[in-house]
Order: sequence, then C-alpha cells, then structure tokens
Amino acid sequence: MNRINKKLQENKKLLSIYFTAGYPNINDTVTTIQNLEKNGVDMIEIGLPFSDPLADGPTIQDSSTKAIKNGMTSEVLFNQLKDIRKTVNIPLIIMGYFNPMFQYGMEAFCKKCQDIGVDGLIIPDLPVDIYNAEYKSIFEKYGLINVFLITPQTSEKRIRFIDSISNGFIYMVSSASTTGTQSGFGDQQTAYFKRIANMNLKNPQIIGFGISNHETFTQATQYAKGAIIGSAFVKHVTKHGVDTINTFTNTILN
Amino acid sequence: MNYNVDEKGYYGEFGGAYIPEMLYPNVEELRENYLKVIAEPDFQKEFNQLLKDYVGRPSPLYFAKRLSEKYNTKIYLKREDLNHTGAHKINNTIGQILMAQRLGKTRIIAETGAGQHGVATATVCALMGLECIVYMGEIDIARQAPNVARMKMLGAKVVAALSGSRTLKDATNEAIRDWINNPVDTHYIIGSAIGPHPYPDMVTRFQAIVSEEIKWQLKEQIGRENPDYVVACIGGGSNAAGTYYHYLHEPDVGIIAVEAAGLGIDSGESAATSVLGKEGIIHGCKTLLMQTKDGQITEPYSISAGLDYPGVGPMHAHLAKTGRAEFVSITDDDAMNAGLELSKLEGIIPAIETSHALAMFKYKTFKPDDVVVVNLSGRGDKDLQNYIDYFKI
Ligand SMILES: Cc1ncc(COP(=O)(O)O)c(C=O)c1O
Repeated sequence: MNRINKKLQENKKLLSIYFTAGYPNINDTVTTIQNLEKNGVDMIEIGLPFSDPLADGPTIQDSSTKAIKNGMTSEVLFNQLKDIRKTVNIPLIIMGYFNPMFQYGMEAFCKKCQDIGVDGLIIPDLPVDIYNAEYKSIFEKYGLINVFLITPQTSEKRIRFIDSISNGFIYMVSSASTTGTQSGFGDQQTAYFKRIANMNLKNPQIIGFGISNHETFTQATQYAKGAIIGSAFVKHVTKHGVDTINTFTNTILN
Repeated sequence: MNYNVDEKGYYGEFGGAYIPEMLYPNVEELRENYLKVIAEPDFQKEFNQLLKDYVGRPSPLYFAKRLSEKYNTKIYLKREDLNHTGAHKINNTIGQILMAQRLGKTRIIAETGAGQHGVATATVCALMGLECIVYMGEIDIARQAPNVARMKMLGAKVVAALSGSRTLKDATNEAIRDWINNPVDTHYIIGSAIGPHPYPDMVTRFQAIVSEEIKWQLKEQIGRENPDYVVACIGGGSNAAGTYYHYLHEPDVGIIAVEAAGLGIDSGESAATSVLGKEGIIHGCKTLLMQTKDGQITEPYSISAGLDYPGVGPMHAHLAKTGRAEFVSITDDDAMNAGLELSKLEGIIPAIETSHALAMFKYKTFKPDDVVVVNLSGRGDKDLQNYIDYFKI
C-alpha cells in the first residue's frame, strides 16, 4: 500500500508541511525532511522550485527564486533524495509546476520518484482533464498518487469527478487565493469546510493555503483529515534555518 | 492542414489550458460562452459601432511609395497606428470589455509590456465606467513613462510587478495571481494571443478585423484580395494573428513573422522564441518558450518592451512548426534604423515593435511586382525617448 494511503488510515489529524527544496541553502533538503519527521510531522510536500509559480504568493515565490539561484533542479533534487528512504518513513510528495517535469519527461520523472520512494505528486497547473487524458497511466504504472486541488468555487459536479479519479486525498484550497495571503478563517471558510465535509467524498480532504498557526490548524482539522502549512514554515526557515524546526512544529501541535 | 484552433483548444500540439484549479471556473465560463457571445447580433452591432466611431476603423491601407521604391517591391502599410490610443491593441480590448460586461464582470485587470495594451484597457474601462487595474513590470514602468501617465489619467491603477525580470512575463504572472484572488467579479483582459484556451482564439477573433479590412481594401486598390505576403512583428502575436487570420488558409499568401533578436540570437540577450524556444508551458498554454534545460523560464531581452516576452502565442508556434509562416529575427539596431528610415521616407514614426517588422526588408528580397502588406501595429510616440537616446537626436 502507498504510504499516503496508509497514513490517511491513522486515527489522527495529519500535519503536512510544505517546504522549498534547496532553500535556504542548497543542501538543506534532506535535513529539513529528517527534522520534520523527527518533530511529529505526518507528511511532507517537497517543493520543486519554478521560475514562475502562478499559484504562489511572495513568500514561496522568493524561496523558489532563491532555490533556483542556489542551483536546485529536478536532477539535483533526485540526487539529494536518493537515500532518503534509509532514514525517513513518512509519505513524501513532490509539489511543483508542470513545465520542469515536462522538460524532464513525465515518464522519466515518475520512474525516478518510484525508485526513490516518493509517494505522490501535486502539480497545480496540470489540470485534471489533461492528467486524465494523457498522464494517468504513467502515474499508475509507477504507483504514484496524484493529488488534485479543489477551491470554494469548484462546482459540486467537478468535485465529484475529482473525487472519482483521486486515490489518495483531495487538497482543499481554503479560499480563493494564492499561497500565504490569508490570516484566519471566517464564516465563509467554515461554511465551505462544512459543505465539503457533508459531501461524504470517498477521498479524505486535507486543507491548505492560509494555515499558519495552532489556531488555524485546529480550525481546519475540525472539518478535514489534516492541514498543510507552507508559507508560514518557509518564513520560519528563512529566519531560523532548518536546525530548529521543533520550535515551529511545537507551536502548531501544542 | 488546419491553422485555427480545434475544438479542444489546440493548434496542432500547441495551446490547451494548463491552469491551476483556482482559475478553472473563470476560464471555463469564458470557454463556454465566448463563441456564443461573439455571435450575438447585439454584440456584433456594438463591437462594430465602437470600432468605427470610437476607434476610427477602418484603418487605412496605405501604399508606401517611397519605401517601395527603396526596396523595389510594392509595400502596403496597414495603419493600425492611426487607431485611437495608437496601436492595434484597442481592437482586442473593445471586444473583451463587451465580453466582460455580458459575463457580468465589474472589475477589469490586465498586464502590459509597452503600456499600449494597458492604455487600451484603461481606455475601454473609462468608456464603460469599470474599475481597472493594470500590472506592469517595474522596468517597463521606467522605460514607458508616458503610457504610465496615460493609464493614470484614464483612471486606472498601475501596479508594479516586482518579481522576476520585472517585465511583461512577470506582469502577466501578477495579473494571473490577481485573478486567482478575485475569481468572481473580475475579468482578465489578456493583451496578446497568449494564455489558456480560449484566450488565444478570442483575441485572434477580435484582431481578425485587420485582415478582414486588408482583403476589401486591397481589392479596391489593386483588384485582388490576396497580397503575396503579409508581415507582422510578434510579441505574443496578437497583431500578427489579426493580420494573418483571413489568409491562413490561402496558400498563395506567404506569411512572415518577425521576432525580436535583441542584441543578436546568440548573444544571450534576445527574445527570438522560434529559434531559442522549446516546447513548454507558459501562462497556461503549451507553446514554444525560452527556458533552461531544467524547464525554468528564462528572461528575454529586446529594446522594445512589447516584444520582450519569452513565449509566443500557440497559433504562431504551430505556424512555425508546420512551416506555414517564415520566421525572421531582427536586432535592436536594425529595428531602430528601420524606424528612422520609415520616418524619413514616409513621414510615419512607428512604434519600435513595428520597426522590427519593417527591418525585415533589409534581409528579405521580394520581386518588384510582389504585394507585401505590413501591419504598422503602432505609432512611435511612446518610444520617442528611446529614439532620442539611441540616435542622440
Ligand atoms: C505597437 C505594438 N506592436 C506590437 C506589439 C506586440 O504585441 P503582439 O505580438 O501581441 O501584437 C505591441 C505590444 O505591446 C505593440 O505595442
């Protein structure tokens, strides 16, 4: 069974953390992953940086620019991760935009993920429809889970369709926004969280975008299986580096 | 061979809609409605009326006698520079503002490079009384100051794009991010034949008036609708798409596309996408784009802000790949000299973007009887400072 599916069966709310690979320093990737696992994080999204991240706000834009300057590429990332399964057990997902993967070759990229022990991908600008028509068989061949996003504007019909072709979890974007632009959830978000929870989808949902602290994490996981923190964590490592990750995770979990 | 968009939104292998889910409802709403709306008699009536009374169409097709003598062929200039706001860009913004109104949108966003599209968008927003926000790279704000002032006078808010190379690519990123953050009331008026389907096709249809007019104007002037060549400069490719549209499937009409070579194709400072680009995804569509081997989009360079884009519209990628269009690239220096030459020979100061198309005559020889129609996509007022600095006028 894929590590993601196994993790989703655990009887707890999941904390997933996004970070940008190769940031703040090129060789921080593996340390970051190891320290996140040590400090109780359930799942990790490894950000493969892209020059033009359309769905991201300034924090992740800046970390991506810096990571690319540091020399991060698909090839470098795969090299850094080649022994990762000797030390890390939690699910690992690569999150990145489509063009770098397309240049690497989608099949070669997926094969490499399987070899290393990456469990899934999140590709915000590869739409469900194109995935379904052109890439689904490749993901299946290499045992990878592709995670799709839904937003408050996604129609019920489309959510049902996305649910039908997903086999891990659904990434619920908390509000109409790019990453890192929210502070706190209001009535609108709560209504949306409830609406989705009441749809009884076959895939569990994990909420992301706008989760930055204990309060928003608790609010989100009241309605969903877990929550993803990105920009807030990237800000933490910008300031404090990757050795004191516990000071960040402690504030979220306790 | 079909050179138009197919029902899935592709030109051959190029095009499509590679968009994050956050944009899906917006783009899908547009895709479902755009053809229906354009076909409505009421839309057509208002569009054509505004093009005539407000934009000043038809724009003249002018036989450039002295330029023709110099290059020993028959050169006709399609005078888009005489449109209200000084370029072809207004054809598209008139169409899109009418589209936005029919979709019930109240807030308009746009990106701009040279500022021509920003001005054209600010203009139609003033005309219709809609809120207007224009994203513009910080570098372009500096090199196109008169257009920034124009947009402000027209009531638009100009927001500096501070990310990446701080030019057109980054302004487009910021506009797309704005749209993600404002998914319900906002329409994004893209300024070129780029972006996710249906944008390239929609923009092309609004610009197609250019070749529609060339057809009857040529017929009137020389007794036939088809020239031997149509020529246009290509940033994202909207003036080119309009110039080619009614000739795409006329095999006796040669198509010439002129890109910006910047300091030279091999200089590392260029925007000649058809030569330097590879297939990839930019701003929601699969097309040719300049990128590193790892798939990071690279910074283009051209002296002209309107051609300073690392990609090219998917229609043009298809025309390049199939060989239907011949692509030529022109350096900064050649373009500037061609701009000066047109000024001296014909009394027309062209936009630097357009000067690239004109510089093509230096390298390509035509027969004395060939009829060559060039889209004079814009006037040079906005570029005066650049011309002054370059020629030390
Ligand atoms: C006068 C003029 N011509 C050409 C262009 C290039 O755009 P496109 O390729 O979409 O026609 C611009 C863009 O700003 C322009 O202002």
